Amino acid sequence: MTGTTGHALVKGVTRSYIYVMSFMSSLRPGGRHGLSSRETRDPIGLAVAAVNRLAQSDLIDRVGLRKQTEHAVYSTTRNGFRAATAAGRTFARAGRRTSGARPAPAATRGVFDLTPTEDEQMLLDVVKELSAELLRPAAAEADDVCTAPAEVLAAAQELGLPGLGVPEALGGIMEERSAMAGTLVAEALAHGDMGLAVATLAPGAVATAIGLWGTEAQQQTYLPAFTGTDVPAAALTIAEPTVLFDPFTLSTTALRDGDGFVLDGVKSAVVRGAEAELFVVAAQLDGTPALFLVESGAEGLEVEADPSMGVRAAGLARLHLTGVRVGADALLGDSDGRAYRECVRLSRLAWCALAVGTGQAVLDYVKEYVNERQAFGEPISHRQSVAFMVADMAIELQAMRLLTWKAASRAARGQDFAREVGLARQLCTEKGMRIGLDGVQLLGGHGFVKEHPVERWYRDLRAVGVMEGVVMV
Amino acid sequence: MINLETPKKQAQLIDQAHQLAMNMLRPISRKYDRAEHEYPKELDMLAALIDGVSETGATGGAGAGGVRRDDRATDDPATVRNGANLASVLSVAEMCWGDTALLLSMPRQGLGNSAIASVANEEQLERYKGTWAAMAITEPGIGSDSANLTTTAVKDGDEYVINGEKIYVTSGDRADSVVVWATLDKELGRAAIKSFLVRKDNPGLKVERLEHKLGIRASDTAAITFTDCRVPAEDLLGSPEIDTKSGFAGAMATFDNTRPLVAAMAVGCARASLDLTRDLLDQAGVTIDYDRPAQNQSAAAATFLQLEADWEGAQLLMMQAAWMADNRVPNSLEASMAKAKAGRVGSDVTLSCVQLCGTLGYSEVELLEKWARDSKILDIFEGTQQIQQLIVARRILGLSSSELK
Repeated sequence: MTGTTGHALVKGVTRSYIYVMSFMSSLRPGGRHGLSSRETRDPIGLAVAAVNRLAQSDLIDRVGLRKQTEHAVYSTTRNGFRAATAAGRTFARAGRRTSGARPAPAATRGVFDLTPTEDEQMLLDVVKELSAELLRPAAAEADDVCTAPAEVLAAAQELGLPGLGVPEALGGIMEERSAMAGTLVAEALAHGDMGLAVATLAPGAVATAIGLWGTEAQQQTYLPAFTGTDVPAAALTIAEPTVLFDPFTLSTTALRDGDGFVLDGVKSAVVRGAEAELFVVAAQLDGTPALFLVESGAEGLEVEADPSMGVRAAGLARLHLTGVRVGADALLGDSDGRAYRECVRLSRLAWCALAVGTGQAVLDYVKEYVNERQAFGEPISHRQSVAFMVADMAIELQAMRLLTWKAASRAARGQDFAREVGLARQLCTEKGMRIGLDGVQLLGGHGFVKEHPVERWYRDLRAVGVMEGVVMV
Repeated sequence: MINLETPKKQAQLIDQAHQLAMNMLRPISRKYDRAEHEYPKELDMLAALIDGVSETGATGGAGAGGVRRDDRATDDPATVRNGANLASVLSVAEMCWGDTALLLSMPRQGLGNSAIASVANEEQLERYKGTWAAMAITEPGIGSDSANLTTTAVKDGDEYVINGEKIYVTSGDRADSVVVWATLDKELGRAAIKSFLVRKDNPGLKVERLEHKLGIRASDTAAITFTDCRVPAEDLLGSPEIDTKSGFAGAMATFDNTRPLVAAMAVGCARASLDLTRDLLDQAGVTIDYDRPAQNQSAAAATFLQLEADWEGAQLLMMQAAWMADNRVPNSLEASMAKAKAGRVGSDVTLSCVQLCGTLGYSEVELLEKWARDSKILDIFEGTQQIQQLIVARRILGLSSSELK
């Protein structure tokens, strides 16, 4: 055997080895159907997989008997299909690129107090009514169709909720920094329904961000739409669909290009993505996260429905950004990460408030249930194992509320609230989830079926720990 | 206006308490943990100092007597008050950050003093001024079920004759008087339970023994017997009438006031563990970041964040209960919530901090192991965790004690 032949033989063997290996790896089950990439199929597994493929009726579709035409229309209840973002309105450019108007920090008497101000209480009374009479009855259906009904959004707009965080000078409703009022409002709305609360509050998050960090030009350009009678859908997008997501290390990037920026990446938890006319997109700029205003209809923007475990009424979606060009005036706030950090904190604060509201809904519901449900000849509430779960629910819920209020009141006064909101998020995530879990448990089988709202609250309360952005106070 | 910060006007008081705790209690903390039953003589000077400062009014009424609900005050009800209750829980927490057992041994600051402040009439309050009163409720066969206690008080002319045995009397040896719970008529149940102030020099009272304990070893815990112990009728605290309608309310009112104080002890003790553990972790290169998700930080940092969040919840529930008392809002639900949360958080925090610090935390070189022993009693006395849950559950569910047993 000559050296050349031997070499060719080795080459041939190597080539067929590579071929076989790549064939084998295509037979690996991992990466789909919730299977870990470490799974392998043995001969029996391969045979079963083949039979299963045969058994699936869409094989018939593949041979051309039926053409797949569904998915042609964007649906909020199915993922996997991308569509262009809404055509959207034209936001008329106005104002100068100087610092915008800012809400004044709230004053303090330095007295420990758990009583809302008169203004806050008045607002709260109206919002509670809206929550009980409109949000709660609409919740189950909205969860099912992953869409917030128009009358709920209209009612929130009528109350001026999207403008809650906007300074009065710019057409908003509060004189001072409204983080406390916003927290109370979010809590009250989530008592009705978390998904609808999120849908209702999402435009306000964008407006509040522009109120807090916008230039005069950005405020003049965008805010009138949020304080008027035709409030646009808008979404504050920070989260990304990756494991161990850290909002301070983003995969979405903003590259400087001429006097503007080019954005690339994928954002998740985008509320009413297909209808949104304005996005605030968090992207890494020169190694530091920053916020960018992106109008819908921009070249390279695509939205993909992303129905999730809960908060479904908010119509969650993913936003794909592929070479999206924005102008220099798109940067919202600073580029050194200060505004962004505060944005993340204020958003987490809003999620804490939502957890408190939904947690209260669970407590109120199970209280009635365990007092009425009979077993062994008496209400189940007469058993300590049941009653103590309710007691713990009440104790932890109040602790969640107090931590959230403390962070909110510090934010409203313009004090540092990093520690307080960090702890509030920790507690609201852990105990909020526990409340959802125990809520279902206390109803037993009844908790597991959709006849009762508790299973929805269970799904919604799971959101608090994973969400970033979306809402803000 | 919602604000959950330490009240501005009490900040100085709390700073002072912190300095006292740091410079007087901490240096003798280990000494009296080892020398159980030895009288911490350093406390006499401290108590005199505190009495002196109290006279000036600078303590804002803080202390064991600070729990009295002053109905004479005619403040505008619309004005939110931050008064003696809040000042008391905050300064007690600060002192227990120093040492829980030594706070419990503070002369003239016994739980009996809080009981007097809660239920005594004006004349009694004046007469008992300056006394150091311990509290005697528990009996060998009766713990949480205090409505069933067996110590009796029988009216005989101008006196009551008390017979029975009490255990777990904090400061029972060192105090100069004891507030004793006894029944006037066992048949009448809770309504017949009254409290009496008995002077320690009463010949019918005998301190039988002192307990050896898991923690709070600097505090003496006594067993006391009452044998034909005669006390003047005017030493019955509150009303002598057996009002079956108000039931247990009279004596139990003490608990609405003392439970936030015990919550404060747990809050203070747990913070000592958190403060030191944070520092030790920091020296080991583990810093706590409140912004980054806990799961992206080290397991130690994530654990610490969870402990601190729970601790903050306990602290704020404690402040809420005291704030309600200051504003004369009924708070027995919130007092029990605070006690339940603080009690379990106290144990979880102090035990977890030992875990985070390993054998360093377990060793007597540091105080972490001591705090993990001291904290346990705080989930037991003044109503166990389970009793607090019962109270909370009954209130939340609107159930009576016969429905939810």
